[in-house]
Amino acid sequence: MTTSIKNLPDTEQVLSGNGACGGCPATMALRIVGKALGPNAIMLLTPSCSVASMGMTPKLGYNWPGLNICFATAGSSASGVIHALEVMKEKGRLPGELPTVFSWVGDGGTYDIGFQSLSAAAERNDNIIHFCYNNEAYSNTGVQRSGATPRGSFTTTTPTGKSQPKKNMALLMLEHNIPYVATATVAYPGDLYDKVVKAKNTPGMKYIEILAPCYLGWQFDMADTVQMSRMAVRSGAWLLWEAENGNISFNNPTAPIINGKKDAAPVEEYLMKQGRFNRLLKGSDAQQRIAEIQGDIDREIAFMRERAKISI
Amino acid sequence: MKSVTKAYRPISWPMKGAGGDTGSWRTHRPVVNVQLCNQCQLCWVYCPEAVIDRYETNIDYRYCKGCGVCATECPTGAISMQKEE
Ligand SMILES: Cc1ncc(C[n+]2csc(CCOP(=O)(O)OP(=O)(O)O)c2C)c(N)n1
Ligand code: SF4
Ligand code: SF4
Ligand code: SF4
Ligand SMILES: [Mg+2]
Repeated sequence: MTTSIKNLPDTEQVLSGNGACGGCPATMALRIVGKALGPNAIMLLTPSCSVASMGMTPKLGYNWPGLNICFATAGSSASGVIHALEVMKEKGRLPGELPTVFSWVGDGGTYDIGFQSLSAAAERNDNIIHFCYNNEAYSNTGVQRSGATPRGSFTTTTPTGKSQPKKNMALLMLEHNIPYVATATVAYPGDLYDKVVKAKNTPGMKYIEILAPCYLGWQFDMADTVQMSRMAVRSGAWLLWEAENGNISFNNPTAPIINGKKDAAPVEEYLMKQGRFNRLLKGSDAQQRIAEIQGDIDREIAFMRERAKISI
Repeated sequence: MKSVTKAYRPISWPMKGAGGDTGSWRTHRPVVNVQLCNQCQLCWVYCPEAVIDRYETNIDYRYCKGCGVCATECPTGAISMQKEE
């Protein structure tokens, strides 16, 4: 059973009055992550919105020891921290419980520029959690395309719409044979919470990716952040799943879509609510563009359904 | 040299208001009608700013950015967004 909202802990690791935009999905997600991890953790951040959101020195908007590290280094930096802590523990120089070491990184820092160091940390099965909050673009620098930007989306570097589909980063992480991989999104905080608790209690490398609909990059009304997250899942544009020791299971409301009990909502409604798509869906090729995007979603659903059948 | 190093070391401390009094960013203010509130805590869980009291549904206007997520998600329509003067 998913933890209900009323049973989430009171712990607040994200402090009010931070520097994030109003309605920021990254902050929204980080609040829930904080409830699951608690204060005994060390945070690593690569350049991103969540760094800009930390606020102005000498104040800090997150209640963890945090390190701002170079863009490409989330995997190697987190590995360094956990190795140092483990050695200190071994030598009896670290009292109390070993802190959770986690990276809080955007899709740019995960899919693209940080991929190599993350892959290496996963291959070593280092005892860290890598969170990717995925707003499907480089938002902090003004919304450029990333490997997570879906086909058809406007960004400042894809003014006529991105022509390639996004990659399936969570699946790539799963294929590193790590003990825990999960996807989540802000509309389902209980699901996210449970996944982070699982990751915290699993030794070795963990990867959790959280879809974070960013009103600024996606061009919708900021009050609709949670609505957009829900629509992404209901349309199948975002799939909720987790894999414990390589065995994939799907979470609600994705599960009935995968096993054919319920049809995903047509993607058109989701697209039309976002300026990054609908500004390009006006001409005579609109239906063909929508069909292409729908095709990418259908392919992912079919692929993940079949991939989940393999459990060795 | 030592004191210079100390003065310039780039270390921050956890504190509310790291982005300033962010309530000043608001164009609209969420106002809760407690009569309509069923204490579901949805506004509390979705508020990115952690400014809604979980049990009393009070809002800390010093930092509330007025995003309106709470009003959109409230299932009973207890929260309305009112234009700031
Ligand atoms: C090596 C390097 N290249 C470029 C930048 C500039 N930069 C800072 S934040 C950012 C965007 C990060 O995108 P993402 O990781 O998706 O996080 P988001 O801003 O979307 O939260 C970029 C390109 C940098 N700081 N370092
Ligand atoms: S641009 Fe988007 S992700 Fe970045 S702080 Fe604003 S709402 Fe959050
Ligand atoms: S308007 Fe936004 S910041 Fe203010 S209480 Fe509602 S959800 Fe929180
Ligand atoms: S979402 Fe609405 S009904 Fe639920 S606690 Fe908040 S104000 Fe009350
Ligand atoms: Mg991003």
